[in-house]
Amino acid sequence: MLVIVDYKAGNLKSVERACREVGVEAEISGDPEKIRQASRLIFPGVGAAGAAMASLQETGIDEAIREFFNLGRPVLGICLGLQISLNYSEENQTKTLDLISGEVKKFRLKETGLKIPHMGWNTVNVIQQHPVLDRIEPRDEFYFVHSYYAVPAKKESVYALTDYEDQFASVISKDNLIATQFHPEKSGRVGLRLLSNFLRWQV
Amino acid sequence: MLSKRVIACLDVRDGKLAKSIKFVNTKDIGDPVEKAREYYLDGLDELVFYDITASSDHRKIMLDVVDAVASQVFIPLSVGGGIRSVADATDLRLAGAEKINVNSAAVLNPVLISDCAEKIGNQNVVLSMDIRQTTPTKECPSGYEIVIEGGRKPMNMDALAWAIEGERLGAGELVVNSIDADGTKEGYELALTRMISEAVSIPVIASGGAGMPSHLYEVLEEGKADAALVASMVHYGEYSVSGIKRYLDDRGLKIRMSW
Repeated sequence: MLVIVDYKAGNLKSVERACREVGVEAEISGDPEKIRQASRLIFPGVGAAGAAMASLQETGIDEAIREFFNLGRPVLGICLGLQISLNYSEENQTKTLDLISGEVKKFRLKETGLKIPHMGWNTVNVIQQHPVLDRIEPRDEFYFVHSYYAVPAKKESVYALTDYEDQFASVISKDNLIATQFHPEKSGRVGLRLLSNFLRWQV
Repeated sequence: MLSKRVIACLDVRDGKLAKSIKFVNTKDIGDPVEKAREYYLDGLDELVFYDITASSDHRKIMLDVVDAVASQVFIPLSVGGGIRSVADATDLRLAGAEKINVNSAAVLNPVLISDCAEKIGNQNVVLSMDIRQTTPTKECPSGYEIVIEGGRKPMNMDALAWAIEGERLGAGELVVNSIDADGTKEGYELALTRMISEAVSIPVIASGGAGMPSHLYEVLEEGKADAALVASMVHYGEYSVSGIKRYLDDRGLKIRMSW
């Protein structure tokens, strides 16, 4: 069963609807046991890192996600889900899940006219092939809404880059985990393609 | 680099597209879900529904419309019209709206912006402002004032000051709607849009006055808007979403051209 992790951080129904559109029914759940037993996991999220981690720890979902990841089954992190998969976020100085080593920093834009949050459609340049990024073309754009960005410790964790003053990692991956800074569920047909790739990904 | 967004606005009354909108080449005249889907497949970047339902008894219908659209249209969906409380905002969010637009109710009760921002996140709260030009006064030094109730009631309140206050209260985006330009099809209010865009650090959506693709180019370029709202220009079949985007792309703006 595909489970979408519910920790009161965001609009989970839009992810559920997008999965349904590509032919996969999901269960939205915040039950650590259900999460451990899932065949595949989507870990979405919007909001602040501090509040999200507090909620994950309080409910025991943090441990469930770590265990799930260690079982080797596919995990997709979206937006805050990506940021929380690293080990530390500048936002609320939060220690996060540490599934991929690296940090999350706030945009500090020098150029005037660029705005925070980075909100809207932007290009995603794939720099390493990955089954979940299959048929994502150089001109394809995805929908972003965020003020913080990932800085993975290792270059090999970075699968795609996006330009906003400087380049930042918009897709990161390690083993059975892949995470996107953008929202595939709000990114039109290219977003659905990526979700469909994930839902069919055999690790 | 971010792409400039083309956003279409659909007015909905009692679950149907408002009668003022006449459509061509559409079998399902009046169905907002069909229209939304058509624009989505033609490359629209974002969709706004404006609920002009008069009676509050019919608000449940809007939630059904939002739910149906969100199941078929996978781009950001924003809903405005008659949102007076955090509960209204969360109901719409649960139905599938990404963003919530507040307008008159926020003017009368500014704390609505911060309450909504706290509950659903700054980035999802859009402050829509209906603005008209006026003689500069002590209360309105910018020469632009806020009007409410669909443009009927002037508030003697400075539009620039309200935009800045809206950002401070937690709005994640602003819609700058010029009442003077609205319906003229002669172009957006460039000076107004630019003035506000330069004064805030959140994205600005220009609204009112679009009649041809070059108007969008002007407001995205000279007006410094991050996005441009279109309505009748596309509703009447005069222009298509993809046609407008192709024009803007040809003129050198960064536009999402793959969908």
